[in-house]
Amino acid sequence: MTATTAPYAATPVRASRQPSARLRAWATRAPLLPALVFMIAVTQLPFVATLVISFFDWNALYPKARHFTGLDNYHQVMTDADLRHSVWTTVLLTVTVVLVSLVLGLALALLLNHRFRGRGIVRTLLIAPFLVVPVAAALLWKHVLYNPEYGLLNGLLHYVGGPQPDWISRMPLLAVEASLVWQWTPFMMLILLAGLQSRDPEQIEAARVDGASDWQIFRHLTLPHLRRYLELGALLGSIYIVQNFDAVFTITSGGLGTANLPYTVYQSFYQAHENGLASAAGVLVVIGSIIIATFALRVVSSLFREEASRA
Amino acid sequence: MRTPSRRRPRATLAAAAAGTLLAPLLSGCWAGAGGTGSGGDAINVLMVNNPQMTELQKLTAAHFTRETGIKVNFTVLPENDVRDKISQDFANQAGQYDVATLSNYEIPIYARNGWLHEMNSYVAKDPSYDEQDVLQPMRESLTGDDGKLYGQPFYGESSFLMYRKDVFAAKGLTMPAHPTWQQVADLAAKADGARSGMRGICLRGLPGWGEVMAPLTTVVNTFGGTWFDKDWTARLDSPAFVKATKFYVGLVREHGESGAAQSGFAECLNNMTQGKVAMWYDATSAAGLLEADGSPVKGKLGYAPAPVERTKSSGWLYTWAWGIQQASRNPDKAWKFVSWASSKGYEQLVGETSGWSDVPAGKRASTYTNAAYRASAAAFQEMTKEAIENSRPNDPGVQPRPAPGIQFVGIPEFTDLGTKVSQEISSAIAGRQSTDSALKKSQQLAERISKEYEGR
Amino acid sequence: MSDIGVTIRRHRGLGYGLVAWLAGIVFFLPIAWMALTSFHSEADAATNPPSFGASLTLDGYREFFGSGGGASPWPALINSTVASLVSTLCVLLLALPAAYALSIRRVRKWTDVLFFFLSTKMLPVVAGLLPIYLFAKNTGMLDNIWLLVILYTSMNLPIAVWMMQSFLAEVPVAVIEAAQIDGARLPTILARVVAPIALPGIAATALICFIFSWNELLFARVLTGVVAETAPVFLTGFITSQGLFLAKVCAASLVISLPVLAAGFAAQDKLVQGLSLGAVK
Repeated sequence: MTATTAPYAATPVRASRQPSARLRAWATRAPLLPALVFMIAVTQLPFVATLVISFFDWNALYPKARHFTGLDNYHQVMTDADLRHSVWTTVLLTVTVVLVSLVLGLALALLLNHRFRGRGIVRTLLIAPFLVVPVAAALLWKHVLYNPEYGLLNGLLHYVGGPQPDWISRMPLLAVEASLVWQWTPFMMLILLAGLQSRDPEQIEAARVDGASDWQIFRHLTLPHLRRYLELGALLGSIYIVQNFDAVFTITSGGLGTANLPYTVYQSFYQAHENGLASAAGVLVVIGSIIIATFALRVVSSLFREEASRA
Repeated sequence: MRTPSRRRPRATLAAAAAGTLLAPLLSGCWAGAGGTGSGGDAINVLMVNNPQMTELQKLTAAHFTRETGIKVNFTVLPENDVRDKISQDFANQAGQYDVATLSNYEIPIYARNGWLHEMNSYVAKDPSYDEQDVLQPMRESLTGDDGKLYGQPFYGESSFLMYRKDVFAAKGLTMPAHPTWQQVADLAAKADGARSGMRGICLRGLPGWGEVMAPLTTVVNTFGGTWFDKDWTARLDSPAFVKATKFYVGLVREHGESGAAQSGFAECLNNMTQGKVAMWYDATSAAGLLEADGSPVKGKLGYAPAPVERTKSSGWLYTWAWGIQQASRNPDKAWKFVSWASSKGYEQLVGETSGWSDVPAGKRASTYTNAAYRASAAAFQEMTKEAIENSRPNDPGVQPRPAPGIQFVGIPEFTDLGTKVSQEISSAIAGRQSTDSALKKSQQLAERISKEYEGR
Repeated sequence: MSDIGVTIRRHRGLGYGLVAWLAGIVFFLPIAWMALTSFHSEADAATNPPSFGASLTLDGYREFFGSGGGASPWPALINSTVASLVSTLCVLLLALPAAYALSIRRVRKWTDVLFFFLSTKMLPVVAGLLPIYLFAKNTGMLDNIWLLVILYTSMNLPIAVWMMQSFLAEVPVAVIEAAQIDGARLPTILARVVAPIALPGIAATALICFIFSWNELLFARVLTGVVAETAPVFLTGFITSQGLFLAKVCAASLVISLPVLAAGFAAQDKLVQGLSLGAVK
């Protein structure tokens, strides 16, 4: 694989002419090292510290009572119903938001791929939600749209004589999801639009001349071509939504069963001040993420295989 | 100190990271680490975003800084955020902030941990501050275990019942001088729908130990319930606690504001201002906002003491007070700021520049003898002062308590316990579970704390 | 193709256009409403039914820009600008060589390295928050904008490496070979051959890094204070539990989102091109 895609990798022939093959290999690695060392220093070292802290019984409000407890924190975290529930909430939140925004994004991308008057304006309108600062978007949804007394949603319902539901209390998780879908659909749309525009127009025209229907073209030409882009959108979306904190923190403050993992860990740091417990929870989350990430990265590796075969 | 760290070689950075993170943790010595606090002629103040604080922020440069030459940098955050940030900065003694707004819940706890600068020495040297003028329950609740003062109140409040006199008159209802909760529930039922879109009563339902838990706990107290017995037995499943919670949840579900599970002080204030509720049980400090110039309900409101059942009074006691961080590098300048902000003179200044209804009241006896204030706050000032003076922070219920606090339990674990319980209660108010199941889960949470405290 | 076919397609095109316009308006409505509310008085902002025709005022903006002694938003806006721009620059400086080593002149096991970068993105940020805070406290870097620069760089680096790797992989190998045979040196090759092809991708990457840094809240909340406060933290300061704040918050939200909105609108073509991972021919 490397041989076909990167002819400049040190080949045995060339290496033998150089003073040292090892030096040559380091020269190849050199451009990579700053980024690699930087990432290890900034992201891995804190986790080592988290690991150490997780073996201590340490409540910030009892600074004098800190002591080593071994695996006690892990035992406590594993038996904590709240944490188990927040794992489920995180999965539900991420899957729902990613799937819905992918489907909506695909529909919008297909629409935008047609020629019509004002297409540029519509595209601008559609990407705007992605460009609003997330905490501003969360505030907007909570206070300006959902508020049962003076929110826009109930205001509009008022005009048609509709009911005046209390959105956040009645459907808390859905309320958080809706605001996230609103922000992430444009992003998915952009990726898929890029995918659509990279199709081979001749191939489609040829299929059309052969009498293929729009649906057939979509099913057998467009969708296979878009797979890479769908996977990319799903991957990037999951990465960011699994970690979502702003929306949960702002819209429900983790209440009404919407606390996801980041919020739960944050809460044990900042409201319970249980540094040891929170660190243990953090370590478990990291282990869980690594397991899931391994699966997710399988998906990515299929992206690379295709790329390699194209090159 | 603020060297642009990106110029540092990466390997050094990594080593420094490992060293600074682990060494102090393992050796167990935190003290003495220098913070990034302000130096020179400036102090940093972290405060909650309430109107009285924003007013203070606006007046500081032109008055305090001009008089003393001390520059004040403010960070203003909403209540939940500010608590997270204060606890982080003070618990680590990072010293980023010299002064922060703390409540009477935090001050004794923080004082015990040695995070606060005591204030007795300053008060003694500063007769013009007139510490004895500060109301007795306030001083009591800002005193540490060692008997020293650790905070100065900026404003204080109790809780009482506010109602629309005009609506009550139109419906032929009368508010008793000392209402019971049962009477209030009956009135709420009768006032419900008195006008189109008007509900009987507004009660907080928003999750948060300082939101729904505050009024609910006062109801629990007067119904004869308590979070913990003297010996730390958790009592959230006791008949009195259950009865009080069912009463509260039932009342707000039947005759309360719409969106109750997401309503806190701000939402209720808006409901009351916009005429969407006939009554409101909440902080006495709300009255000043409802009676402010331009408020559509100004002059239409009556006030009654916090409703009771088995106790004589049931109002809470709360104050936003200034605490000086022990790690502050400028405690003297910090005190100058605190003593200015909490002084009689500052109240006078606010009264003259923005109106007496904006005065940070509820902390000094002299406020209530001031003719200008009495005239402006005629509708509620007497009731407010009485409510604060009648509050009993160390003995709020029918049984002895293991820790101080009326609407909270004065232990560090309460923020977490209270928040989690409040989420269960809020969910019951939203109709997502029964009150029984909410309290059953809450009792389990509280029992964990019992275990930790038993025998302490 | 027959005339009838064209007519049918044109009609259908009209239908698509209509649906697209409708979708665009629905998605934009919350922002439009936010903009309108920001020009209302606080009392008009909190009514039901909504007051569409209420008189307009600049009070919300005046309040935001600190009239009457309130805090000025400029330090926070400047901090955000510095943190976002500098961290984006750092990301590019680190990611470009790395992407080069992962695409054009590949190291062995390059996929594993790429996976490592991506996997750091999946670790929960909150779990590392306390150690980072303690580190900052003990090195005197609390409330220091350069600490945020470092963290934002690490936050965006994996995605940037990954995106740029795929752009650089698109550079035809034959072209580089030809240039090398002509005797061109590496810097020349990079500037003359690689850059033009990869530039839209680099621009898209930079834009995305800028957006994510500008938007970041959690690190900024925990690690900054008086000096290094960023715009999103400043925004949350407008929420109060007492009194109305809708118009103010709408004005603040809009102003703070403005740089990102402007950059995003201006570069939307680049963004589409960039997100295609170099596959647009």
